[in-house]
Parts: sequence; structure tokens; C-alpha cells
Amino acid sequence: MPISRVRWSGNLARVTDAKMPLRAKVASSVSRTAAALSRAAGRGDGSVIGGWLGLKIDPELLAHLSAGRAIALISGTNGKTTTTRLAAAAVGVLGRVATNSFGANMPTGHTSALAKAGSTPYAVLEVDEHYLAQVIEATEPHVVALLNLSRDQLDRAKEVAMMAQLWRAALARHPDIRVVANADDPMVVWAASPPATHDQRITPPHVTWFSAGQRWHDDSWVCPECGSTIQRSGEQWWCTGCPLRRPEPQWTVDEEGVVDPTGAWYKVKLQLPGKVNIGNAATALAVAAEFGVRPFDAVPRLGDVTSVAGRYAQVVRDGRTVRLLLAKNPASWLEAFDMADEAPTLLSINARDPDGLDTSWLFDVDFAPLRGRLVLITGDRAYDLAVRLEVNDVPFQYVRTFDDAVRAVPPGRLEVIANYTAFQDIRAELDRVN
Amino acid sequence: MSTETLRIVWIYPDLLSTYGDRGNALILARRAQQRGFPVEVLEVRSDQQLPTTADIYLIGGGEDGPQALGAQRLLADGGLHRAVAQGSVVFGVCAGYQLLGTSFFAKGTQYQGLELLDLSSDRGPSRAVGELAGDVDARLGLPPLTGFENHGGRTHLGPGVSPLARVTAGVGNDGATEGAWRGKLLGTYSHGPALARNPALADLLLRWATGAQHLPPLDDTWADRLRAERRTAVATARA
Ligand SMILES: [Zn+2]
Repeated sequence: MPISRVRWSGNLARVTDAKMPLRAKVASSVSRTAAALSRAAGRGDGSVIGGWLGLKIDPELLAHLSAGRAIALISGTNGKTTTTRLAAAAVGVLGRVATNSFGANMPTGHTSALAKAGSTPYAVLEVDEHYLAQVIEATEPHVVALLNLSRDQLDRAKEVAMMAQLWRAALARHPDIRVVANADDPMVVWAASPPATHDQRITPPHVTWFSAGQRWHDDSWVCPECGSTIQRSGEQWWCTGCPLRRPEPQWTVDEEGVVDPTGAWYKVKLQLPGKVNIGNAATALAVAAEFGVRPFDAVPRLGDVTSVAGRYAQVVRDGRTVRLLLAKNPASWLEAFDMADEAPTLLSINARDPDGLDTSWLFDVDFAPLRGRLVLITGDRAYDLAVRLEVNDVPFQYVRTFDDAVRAVPPGRLEVIANYTAFQDIRAELDRVN
Repeated sequence: MSTETLRIVWIYPDLLSTYGDRGNALILARRAQQRGFPVEVLEVRSDQQLPTTADIYLIGGGEDGPQALGAQRLLADGGLHRAVAQGSVVFGVCAGYQLLGTSFFAKGTQYQGLELLDLSSDRGPSRAVGELAGDVDARLGLPPLTGFENHGGRTHLGPGVSPLARVTAGVGNDGATEGAWRGKLLGTYSHGPALARNPALADLLLRWATGAQHLPPLDDTWADRLRAERRTAVATARA
């Protein structure tokens, strides 16, 4: 059997500043100081400015900071912040873990997270899907987890198929990386399969497939390999024109638990809502297993995660228990409806730069699950949402502000589902709840 | 209408539905139902044969690959040409608009279009992304067009079609004109759920399909607020 080159094989080099070139040492120190100053000045968590300054001084800083560490990268359109948090908790069985827990998921954020981490041997990093290829080059990770690919911020994001192609090319350049990938997403399966062996009758040995379900199918009806139609039946899918089909997953999810590759079932009790998060937990356990962590040891730690950068956070305001859910594209709206309780629900929509300027996607979401709930709407683009809900036969009430919404509902639970900047606005009103 | 029921066909949602295109089918169906017309919406996938007797055909936007595939399937099927010959209404959006012309570019290659409208599309110098607004051809009797555009192509109109609108914001076909129409065929770069922002355009398509001279007005309070808010946003951005 050929021995594959693996950068990390259980023996960790000690990561110390002493081993880094002088330029990198200075850059790392500046990055840490700037981040601390920024935090002290109350300007966010400092992870972007610190990393930015550090990379200015040493463009190779991220590579220097990565050397000798065992790193997992987690990328995809949806669920990457939550999965990163859960995976960091699971890998935490082994010791301290560096992570970019504030969702700063571009190279500046990774640099800052590692500069802050000192000699921490493990890192679990969330990576913006557009930057995955670049961050693979810089960090030489042990594991890359690919969650899903779907439409997001269409006015500027790369087409879904083009993104899958970029991922695929990056992984093909690094055949020694272990890949943990979602068997339910044809785009991910294609991206994770080396160009020569995408015939899934021969599963490449370094890919571990998980099944976390896929509610959203509308971006994967056309095969990325041959352009033919992709057929679906139950959880199975296959291309009608080439051998691309759903691989047999080693990690699966059932109602309340996760099944590992040996067939062992683990009950997973999370504080995070919805079946979606059981899927994220399965992914996190599969990532941790690549570091040698047993699910038995990791599962209890997953239950300690209460909220993730404000997502799922619960805050009591004027007798209402407000819970925040982030939904930034059609796939994640479907997931948010699954997570939200049958309770009064505020929807808030903006279309600022980070959200994408286009609101057309509102018509890709079926809001029917909200019928029967008291629905309030707000945000910069509430009128787009109003027109959408009217056509969807979902009665709603327009409110100008978050406070008006709180006053408009009876005491008890208020679910808030908002897209990115709308979510951040409401989070700011709640004193940047985490 | 060919039968008592207004039949709307959404062409190839498996290929051409990148930008909330479903909205146009939903809005037409709702506005027809509110006027008392029974409605049937058919979603026809690219591996199915296109019915030739529907009243309105909708073609949405899509990425390069699906656009080229969609054009090939529609040419091979031939059903849309037969429907147009029988007087059906066709509404094409973005990639679906380009498809109706004689040729278009996808993935750097020129593809044959359906040749239902006298226009051709090529690659523009830059991607046109943002708010799109224009004053509509006076013969159509519509208020200004408002929408969002996102396309790399530019479209050149032949003498056999009229521009839908004169551009007042954004790019449209070429920075001067936007969209095109002839008879009961109409296309626009106002992408995705274009009819959400343009209920009067939805009603024009319904009048063409039903032969009704006038349709009873509907409560468009929210659409009117949305239109006004977008008009202000475009004016503010320009100031
Ligand atoms: Zn195929």
C-alpha cells in the first residue's frame, strides 16, 4: 500500500514563536496587540483589523502561524459557523483549540485567531467558501469539511457550479488532505471527488461522507460533470448521463442521534434547535474523528454549546423571550422555519452589501410554514417581503422597529428570523448578545 | 383564452430558475384568480414535452450551462413555436429573454436562440448589476418599469421588435433601451420576480392572454409602496 503524505499524523510539532522567522514574530505580535486594542476600544472583537495589520507586515503570516498545527477547515454556504463551533468543542477533547468563533471567516480572521492562540496545537477554522482554495494553500490543513453549496448573494457571488469547480481544483492539488463531505449535495460530492475517479463505485480512500440531509435542491438539478439531469428518489440521487451518484455515507443522522461508521448510535442532546443542528453535530463528530477523537468522548461536549455568535441566543426583553435565528439565503430560511417554535415571529430583511443587493430570492422561499403564526415584518426591505408574503397568503403586520415588534406581541416567546445585517442590527439592540 | 381555465406554463424550472423566477407564475396566477379566472400553473421540466395550448409561457433566468441546455431542448421540442403561432403570450426574463432572440453567448460560445424575437445578444464590457428603471413604450400604457438586473450580456434589437422601455437607471439592453416586445411576446432584463415590482405589467400579460380590455383594479398598496421606495432609492443613489 502506498504511503500517503500526511502533514499531521498524530505527532504535533510544538508551535512556538521561537520557531517563526523574525518578520512573522513581529507581525504576529502586532496582530495580537491590534486586536486587543480594537476590543478595548469597543470596536468589535478586533479579529479583522488585527489579522489585516499582521498580514500587511508579513504576507506569509498565516502560513507561518499554521506550521506544525493540526488544522481543520470548515466551509460551505450554510451552517459553517455553527459546525465550526461544534467541531471545536468536539476536538476540544484533545486539548485547547484555536478557532475564529466570531465568524471572521476570511484570511484576516484566520490570521488573528491563530496569532491569539499562542502554542495551541489544534485549530478549527470556518472559511468563507470563496476563500477556501487560498486558505488551503496557506494553512495546509489536516482535514477539510465541505458542507453544502447553494445560491447566496447572487449579485456578486460566483455561480454555484463555478464554486464547486474551484473547490475541486484546490483539493486535486492536495490529494493528502482528508476530506469530510456531504453525500446529499451533488455539488459537494463532485467537488470532493478527484477528477479521475469521480466514479463513486470506487470511493477515494481519503473522503469520509456524511449525510446531514439537504432541504434545498434547486441548485443541483444539472450535473456539474456532464450537464445531464440529476434525478432524485428519497434520499438517493444520481446523474442520468454519467456515473456521478450519491455515495454511501459513513456518518448518518436519525431523529435524535448520530450513527458513526461502525454503526454505533449516539444520542445527541443539543441546546441548539432543529434537525439541521443534529446534522451539523454529525459533521462535527466526523471532523473530530479525523483527529482521533471518539464520538463517545465528544458527544457530551456538543451539549455545552448554547449559542453561536448570537445565533439561537435567547434574551428576555419586556417580558418577551426573544430568540435570534439567522437566515441569509433560501436554503437557510427553510432551516430556520424548521428550528423556530410555533410562536409570534418577526422577519427582518435588509439588502446592504453583506446581504447582497438583490431581494429576488424572497420568491425562492416558501413562507407557508408561517401561516397561523402572528407574523411581523421590518427591515430596510420590508416592502419586498410584504409583496412576497401577500402572494404567499401569509398575513402579516408591518412594524418600523424591533422595539415596536416586541411591544406588538403578547408576553412569551418571540422568534426573530433575520438576514445578515438585519440580524446584526437586532443583535446590537440586544447589547451584542452572543 | 383557449379554454375556460387560464393555463400558465413555467418552462424548465429545473434549468431556468436562478433568481426567484417562480414569483412571476405566482403573481400572474393570483391576479387572475382575484379577477375570477380559474387558473392552472404547469411546471414543465426540461425532460418533459412542452404543452402547446397554454395561454401564457414564462421563461426565467439561469446560469450559462442551463441557458444553453434550455435553448437546445426548446428548439428540439418545437412546442413553444407552435404555441406562439396560435397566439400564446410569452414572457422571458434575463437568460429567458436572450433565448427568445436569434443568438446569445454562454460560456464564451455563441448559441442559436429560438428566433421568436428579432434580437441578438453578446457579451458586454462588464456585468450589469443593480437597480434598473425605465419609461415604458407609450403604446403599452404602463407606469415606469422598475427592477433589478444582473447580466453580462448586451442585447441588440432588430427592426422586428420594439424596445420595452427607455432606460432611466441601469443598463438594460445597452444602456439606452431595455427589453423588447412584439405582438404578445415580451422580454426584459428586470430579472427574477419582475412582476412583483410591476403589477401593471402582470395585468398587461393577463389582458393579452384573456382578451379582456380592462381588468378590475386590485389592492396594490404594498407593491405601490415598494415601487415608491425603490424609486426614492434610485434617485438618492444618483444624487
Ligand atoms: Zn453527469
